[in-house]
Amino acid sequence: MTTERLTPAPPPGELIDSPRFPVAARRELGNAQQRRNLHHATRTIRDKRAQAVGEMDNWQELRAAGGAIKSRVLRHLPEYLEQLEASLTRNGATVHWAGDAAEANRIVIDLVQQTGSTEVVKVKSMATQEIELNEALEESGIAAWETDLAELIVQLGHDRPSHILVPAIHRNRSEVRDIFLAEMGNYGTPPPPGLDDDPVNLADAARGHLREKFLRARVAVSGANFAIADTGSLVVVESEGNGRMCLTLPETLISVVGIEKVLPSFEDLEVFMQLLPRSSTAERMNPYTSIWSGASEGDGPQNVHVVLIDNGRTKALADPQGRTALRCIRCSACLNICPVFEKVGGHAYGSVYPGPIGAILNPQIRGTDSAVDRSLPFASTLCGACTEVCPVMIPIADLLVHMRSKVVDAKKAENTGVHLPHAEPAMMKAGAWVMADHRRLEAAQLATKTSGKVLGHFTDHIGALPWPLSKWANARDTANPPTQTFRDWWKANRAQEEQK
Amino acid sequence: MTASPQGRPGHGLTVALFATCINDTMFPGTPRATVEVLERLGCTVVFPREQTCCGQIFTNTGYFDEAVPSVRTYVKAFGGYDYIVGPSGSCVGAVRDQHPILAQRSGDAGLQREVAQVAPRTLDVSEFIVDVLGVTDVGAYFPHRVTYHPTCHSLRVVKVGDRPYTLLSKVRGLELVELPDARQCCGFGGTFSLKNADVSVAMAADKARNVASTGAEYLVAGDNSCLMNIGGVLSRQNAAVKPIHLIEILAHTEGN
Repeated sequence: MTTERLTPAPPPGELIDSPRFPVAARRELGNAQQRRNLHHATRTIRDKRAQAVGEMDNWQELRAAGGAIKSRVLRHLPEYLEQLEASLTRNGATVHWAGDAAEANRIVIDLVQQTGSTEVVKVKSMATQEIELNEALEESGIAAWETDLAELIVQLGHDRPSHILVPAIHRNRSEVRDIFLAEMGNYGTPPPPGLDDDPVNLADAARGHLREKFLRARVAVSGANFAIADTGSLVVVESEGNGRMCLTLPETLISVVGIEKVLPSFEDLEVFMQLLPRSSTAERMNPYTSIWSGASEGDGPQNVHVVLIDNGRTKALADPQGRTALRCIRCSACLNICPVFEKVGGHAYGSVYPGPIGAILNPQIRGTDSAVDRSLPFASTLCGACTEVCPVMIPIADLLVHMRSKVVDAKKAENTGVHLPHAEPAMMKAGAWVMADHRRLEAAQLATKTSGKVLGHFTDHIGALPWPLSKWANARDTANPPTQTFRDWWKANRAQEEQK
Repeated sequence: MTASPQGRPGHGLTVALFATCINDTMFPGTPRATVEVLERLGCTVVFPREQTCCGQIFTNTGYFDEAVPSVRTYVKAFGGYDYIVGPSGSCVGAVRDQHPILAQRSGDAGLQREVAQVAPRTLDVSEFIVDVLGVTDVGAYFPHRVTYHPTCHSLRVVKVGDRPYTLLSKVRGLELVELPDARQCCGFGGTFSLKNADVSVAMAADKARNVASTGAEYLVAGDNSCLMNIGGVLSRQNAAVKPIHLIEILAHTEGN
């Protein structure tokens, strides 16, 4: 059977089967063009964010408020979700519950098929990326068209998103032009002939391409930034107006929303509408904010559906420490500030959630069974820049360490040693024994002192070391170990005078 | 310093030196300089020999149970002292931030109580000099051009703030030049430098380039592990910049 695809095919393979982070990171580091693109983009947005945040003299209070509201939501999640369901239903929306990605995709496919439509227009949505809805729709003969500019670039480029907010951050404008010229015409209105890489002209080409899709579509699929429990409202925060088109033109609107997106009351938006734009796009206010409360007769979509998805979130919720990661409002400030992300980009993380937040979220919602998820908590130097910028005060660096212990604990429980280097648990155990008693440390220091003495006959520094220290010494010189430790010096020079 | 012993700011204060295992073994000049400066300022310095390590190499690699013995050793060594001072933002930060978590993990209520007492009394040497002794001019002389790298854990865990800059600004003869992109991590990250060696090297190379661009003779920081990382790359590149710990600059005096 030959099947003609409706939409551009993403790269082959499943994200969960991605290689371990160090392997993928090495691959990405080799892409010099991407490194330049990432360096430029992350630096630009970092500086702009710092400026936008610096204008607010109550920024720390806002962060604290945002964190506190989200904490309350997570403590009382069942109650708020039931309230949300009741409010939405009262407003004329239909609420569906999905335990996992397959269930959520099945629900959306059924809803689209009930309309008889074979295509949907999409608002940029992380939840639908997470459940890989586009591919599920494609397999059911339904074309899903991304309408956010960057998501369009990714989709037309047969690519995957590499950033939560700017999924095409790894591409520069000449690459975008090439993608548009090569692919746009295959899936609808072609770009104007002779398209150059001027951002204005690129945006025009996208606008022309998307226009017919907006006007034709009978079904739209969105996510939501916030779901308000007391009023039964969904909120989408965006910059381009494509979301507004999708949310208002089609007859049927299906929104896929993670259960942690609920906010208790409409008033809470006051806090988040200040935190989110400044943290994400570095804007005082985003250009388009759409809020809808169910269906309104004669105005906008008449068939309004909300699919609330768990997909691993309740697993994270069960861990009182780990659950703080569920506060995340997907602003991407932690990605932009992260020096590791800046080097390797989002594809190295093997998930639609890359960067520091991905490193603590994926191993919680997907579990620690896959090689990539086990490696993610270690994809950080623990520099803490992410913690500093997080608008909802997720202690990201602390959670990275927490998740490392979860990975190690899981490994110890399995006792297989497949994913961790065999030597590591033994080395850590031996190290713990040494550090438990200063006499053992002093005995170990005899070895460094001796090597320092021996090396001193030949060289003043070490240029090469055996594995695993070769990974260190390949790029760095190391001074010879001293022949006298500090405690030796103390004993020789101070201990006699010391009366303890 | 010419003041009489009684007139010195540290007179009457006993300080327990937390040398840290890496300094004790690999960089003994740093705890020696700490002793020198603190004694010059009038403090009585003691070195509890039972001390070993803060345990963060285990904690940050995910081996919490293996870190607990280090916590026990730490409280045993330092339990009796009001001021515990170490020349490392990273190790001091690990004591203050991680020891309570590890004590809780141990399930030992006694250890939790001891950690609650001892961990907050642990200070980075720059905090102790500026906050406890109230001194910013330690009488140092260092006629060189230097640039300062704020290490991540001194900046974001211990939160030393501008104390190191203040201390350096009072050193006679010293010219402090700004390091571009100073707050960016050097890529060390403990076992990160082995587990993610390629990314680590790429980050260290950026830092080394920024350091070299300053034209400084010395790169100064409050953590020898980060200096070992950046300095290792600089040395491999035959750059002339020498890494030096902040306290070693503060220990230098005229004619010394």
